[in-house]
Parts: sequence; C-alpha cells; structure tokens
Amino acid sequence: MKSTDQNSRRSFLRKGLGIAAVAGSVTALQAFQQDSVEETGEMVKLLSPEGEIVEIDKAYLKPIPEVHVTPDAAREGIPGRRFVMVIDLAQCKNLRKCHDACEKMHHCGPDNEFLKVLKMQDNKLATPFWQPTMCFHCDEPPCVKVCPVDATYKRTDGIVLIDTDRCIGCRFCMVACPYSARTFDWSEPDQTEEVKHQHYSPETSVPAKMGTVSKCDFCPDMVRQGEMPHCVTACPNGVFYFGDENEDAVSNGSETVRLSELLRDRAGYRYMEDMGTRPRVYYLPPVNRAFPFEDDEFTKQNGSKS
Amino acid sequence: MKTKKSESSGHFPDQSEAIGRDLMPKPFGLSGKIWVAVLSFVFLLGFFFYIQQLRFGLGITAMRDYSTWGIYIANFVFFVAISLVGSLISAILKLSGAKWRTPLTRISEMIAVSSIIFAALVIIVDMGRPDRFMNVILHARIQSPITWDVLVITTYLTISLLLLYLPLIPDLAFMRDRFSGIPAWQKKMYTFMALGWKGLPGQEKILRRAEQILAVLIIPVAFGIHTVTSWLFATTLRPGWDSSDFGPYFVSGAFMVGAGGVIAAMYIFRTHYSLEKYLTDKHFDYMGRLLVLLSLVYLYFNINEYFVPAYKMKGQEAEHLNALFYGRYAPLFWSVQIFGMVVPIIVLMFRRGRKPLPMFIIAIMVVVGAWFKRFLIVIPTLSHPYIPMDRVPESWQHYLPTFKEWSITAATLAGALLIVTLLTRLFPAIPMVETIEEANPEHKETEIA
Repeated sequence: MKSTDQNSRRSFLRKGLGIAAVAGSVTALQAFQQDSVEETGEMVKLLSPEGEIVEIDKAYLKPIPEVHVTPDAAREGIPGRRFVMVIDLAQCKNLRKCHDACEKMHHCGPDNEFLKVLKMQDNKLATPFWQPTMCFHCDEPPCVKVCPVDATYKRTDGIVLIDTDRCIGCRFCMVACPYSARTFDWSEPDQTEEVKHQHYSPETSVPAKMGTVSKCDFCPDMVRQGEMPHCVTACPNGVFYFGDENEDAVSNGSETVRLSELLRDRAGYRYMEDMGTRPRVYYLPPVNRAFPFEDDEFTKQNGSKS
Repeated sequence: MKTKKSESSGHFPDQSEAIGRDLMPKPFGLSGKIWVAVLSFVFLLGFFFYIQQLRFGLGITAMRDYSTWGIYIANFVFFVAISLVGSLISAILKLSGAKWRTPLTRISEMIAVSSIIFAALVIIVDMGRPDRFMNVILHARIQSPITWDVLVITTYLTISLLLLYLPLIPDLAFMRDRFSGIPAWQKKMYTFMALGWKGLPGQEKILRRAEQILAVLIIPVAFGIHTVTSWLFATTLRPGWDSSDFGPYFVSGAFMVGAGGVIAAMYIFRTHYSLEKYLTDKHFDYMGRLLVLLSLVYLYFNINEYFVPAYKMKGQEAEHLNALFYGRYAPLFWSVQIFGMVVPIIVLMFRRGRKPLPMFIIAIMVVVGAWFKRFLIVIPTLSHPYIPMDRVPESWQHYLPTFKEWSITAATLAGALLIVTLLTRLFPAIPMVETIEEANPEHKETEIA
C-alpha cells in the first residue's frame, strides 16, 4: 500500500513525465500483441510500469483512450487522495485565463460559470483585490446535506460532485450553498452536437443537461490522467496551487511546495470560515502583491461590493 | 322534490326537510357558470404555459442562478399555509369544544384538501426535472428536509381527505335517501360513497371515534407540515432565513391566513346561497375574534423575526433588512405588514369590524397580504447572497417574474378555487345532518368516552 502511495505522489509531482509515460507504455504493451501495425522506424523512450526505460516504435503508441468514469463509478473517490487547492491572492491580476479555460473545457457558457473572479474589498480603507471563487468542495458540504436524491455527494478524495443523470432540479443545493458556487441549466444548454453526444460523466460535468445543477468539479478527469485542473494550468501567474493533503504537497505547475508550510508561512485562510463548512480551498491573503489593483471595465462601471 | 322515506324521516322532525333543502348542493346559476368559466380559463392558460415550460425549461421564468427560487416556491408556502385551516377548524376548535364551528368545518376541510393538492403540484411545477420525480422515492435521502416535506405532505393530505370524507358520510346517506330529481350518476355516487350508512348507533359510534382520532392526529401533522416547510429555508445559511424561530413564525402565519381564507369563503357562500340562517353574524364575530388572536401571535413573531436582527444589523443580514425597510422591497414590505396584519388587527378589535362585509374585506386583505408575505420571505433573501453578484445581467440581480410565471402561478390558485367550487357543487358546503341534529337537541350526538 505504502509503495503505491509513494508511486502516486511521485507520478503526481512529476506529472509531465511520470503518468503520461506509464499510461503510454501500457497502451504500447497491449499494442505489441497486435501484429498488423506497420512500424515507422521512429523510436520513442518510455518508462515501463516496472520502472525501466524501454524504447519502442512510435507506431505502437496509441492515444490514451478517454477515461470514461460512469456516474456510478464517479461516486467513489480516487483511493488514498485528499485533493486540496490553495489560491494565492497576491498573484492574481484578474487575467481571467482560469475562467476562460474552465468555460472552454467544461463547455459551459457565460450563464453557467463554474469559476468567477470577483472584486473583493474587506473594508473601505483596505485595497480591493481579485478573488477567484469556485466550489470549495467543503468537508461539511451544506449542499450535499440537503439533496433529497443523493444526486450531489462527497467523495473519499474530498471532491463534491453532481450526478446530473439523477438531479431532479429542485435547486435546494444552490440555496444551501452560501458561496453561490452552483449554477443551473435553466434552458437547453448551448452546446455543439459533438459535446451533446459525449459520454456523460460527473467527473467532467459534460454534457450539461437542461433542468439540472452543475458546478466546479475539481477536474478529477484531469487528475486521473496525471494533469492539473484546467484553471491551474491556464493561470500564467501561478495563482492556483493544487495537490493532495495526504501527501502534504501542492503545485501550481511551476513549483511544488509543502501544503502545511505554505499555509503556515503565508497565513492561509478559508473564505467565510465561520460558516462551518470547512472548505477544501484555501486562500493566501493579498499582501506583498505582485501587481497593483486595477479595476477592469466591469468593475469601473459597477463599483464594488465588499 | 323529495320523497320521504319512512325510516329516515322518522328520525328527524320536519324541520330537517327545510334544512336539507337549504343546504343541498345546487346547480350553478349564471354567476356560478361565469365563475367556473373564468377559473377554467385562467387554469388552462397557465397549463398551456406549463407545457411550454416542460419543453423549454424553467428558462421561461425569471428565475436565474441567484434568485433560484421564485414565486413558485412562495406560492407553495402560501398553499401549505392556508391548508392549515383544516386542522384549525376541524381539530383545534373541535377539541376545544367550540360548538359554533359546525357550519365551518366542511368549507375549511375543502380549502385544506384543495390547497394541499396544489401545494404538491406547485412543487412539481418548480422542479427542473419533473420527469425524474420518482427519484424522490427511489433515491430518497432521509437527511434532506425535502424528503421530510414529501412524507408530511402526503400524511397531511391523507388525514385531511379523511377529515373531509368521514363527516360527509351521514350527509351522503341523507342525500341518497332524500334527494330525487338528481341525475342517476350523482345518486349512484352518493350511494357508493355513503358506504351503506344507516345512522345506526354502532355506526355513529365508530364514526365519532374515527373523527376524534383524526382530529387529534392532524394537529401534530399540521404543525409538522408547516414547520418542515419553514425548515426548507431555516436549514440554510442565508441571511433572513438563518433563524431558529422560523417554525413557529410560519405556523402562526399559516393559522392566520387559514382563518382569513375560511372567513372569505364563508362570506361568499353566505351571500351567494343565502345561508344567512346558518352562517350567522355570530359566526363572523367569533371568527373575527379568532383572527385577531392569531394575527397578534403572528405580529409577535414578526417583531422577533425583524426587530432582533435589525437591532444587530449584522453584515449581509443588514443589507437584506435595509432592502426590506427602506430599499427595493420597502413598498411591498410595509404594505403587507400594515394592510395584511396591522389594519386587520385594529379593525377586528371593534364589534362593527366583525360584521360580515368588513370581515370579508379584511379577510381578502389578510389572504392577499399573506401571499405577498411569502414572496417577501423567499425572494429578497436570495437577492442578497454573500458573494458579490458580479458580471451578471441586471435581470439576474433583481428578480421580476415573467408573465408566463405569473400565469402558471395564477393557474394553481384558480385550480384550487375550482376544486373547492366543484366540491361544493356535489357535496353540501355546510354539514347537513350535523346541523339538523344541532337544531334538535333531543337528537344529540352520541357521546363517546
């Protein structure tokens, strides 16, 4: 058990090389049994599951088949993991790349934002700051508590997901969430035919369905492939750290740090801690900022609300 | 008109014939037909829009991600509230030995049954996926207040139906035996529904006991149904809802609107069917006193509900209260509090205010005020979320129901009135046999231990 944990940590942290290579070699090994493949002569080096470097012809590589996790399978968390996110408010300058990537990858339009970047101001004298906000995947999720049909649930890996095949659209969860993290498909979602016919999985939240609730899913499909959630990879300023509480490690893509040290040294906090929801998303306060605060077109027109 | 049957006529003096004639359900006159036609039109128009909603989704309403509950839910709370009149009149007044309640019991049970049916339907109307309604049973989670609501609503509906039906049995037998010149199907229906009732002492005893048990049973269920409804709000962390006295606050408001509803219905039946002999000024006077008492209790809870948080003016709670007191919702808020609660209390304190016509006007004010009070409980809270409502269209920030949404809501109200109207077309709105028995003290109802 211990060795697999270590394996997963290593593969998680060295995500670029690690998992992609292992998964690639698995498909390659399967491909060896098929003789019909025509070799190209171009060789690639891969890491085998046994930890050895092997060299195989490129023709044997197959693209990793899309991991399709059925609604029933999605109820089980990824074993041994406790996902966590840390958002560094000192680094956010409202580029909104996270928002755009999230919207693109989840095929949700502007009316169904999973991630919002909000202008926040604690009091009149304090400088405003930008706060990316999404589902906090609370450990005491008020949304899960009120769902009458178990359509939204908490997994062992900390992620809160929604099964839109089961959701009855009562919207009690939206009312119960104090963070307004949830969104509803009030009409037929505006999605391409291709997206509409994808296999639905709660881990991708795609395709969206009319009359059901959806929200940020922490991209467990990406994590299964050894990748980071879309917002993390999209941010050029390294605002988002994502990782595993069990490993005590989070990474923003360019640096990997100890979660406990990061929260301790930078005074990490959780939004509206007094709600008792115990979010899995932490914020680092907007001190020693990398950028001065600048209003964007929207906030110039609308002012701010603390 | 009527053929006397020796065995049943022997039971009552001739006075019973006159009472029977007065109270028998009558065919609709012109005004009755127009009333039914208007209600049917409103109902069918809303039904048409509901079909659209099924096709195009809840997007045809003005509800959006922040105001995620709207007038459907407010209307649901209203229906649940007014349905409590059944338990108030049939149970609480019965157990407290108030004899004068007799002519009001049937009307209040009819209102209770029709409004609870529509409360359940409105919840389905509000569902994004009504096609998955069975999930509520198949995947029921006992932690969810919605599951409790489903349980308690079905229980309340069952007991209310029994409380409507059981006291009706002697009347059904009376109509079966005494009425001629009614269509054969109607006669057959009365015969079938009367379950072979002959008014034997043994039958009487069973019936009285059953009514007594139901009257006791319905009280905790009535408190349950509206307390659980209040918990749909109070179990959340939202400003304005995050309150520990929402249960009694809702229950007290429900008894008040229920009393208002039955007073309005009493007045309409009295004037329309010339029932002045049965629904007397005394009944209005007593109901007026009862309504003052219930309104004062509700006023007390309102003071607690608004004054205490307003004294503290805490964070987001303050924004919500400011919107009610001086802001966007102030005109509606003060109209409802003044005309739906304070004015009724003052007017009904005076004897002249408790005459039938002023009572009717006050009752309408109470009922309309109560509907908008539910609007004020549901909507402003959702317009004041904790996180800023950034980058959303103006219409998302300020919920204004669409015409289709109003129409669907109006359809449910019309539907509930239609059920009451049709029930009174088929069954006596005032208990016949009980009224006859009370007019003849020697035929007093058998006492049970």
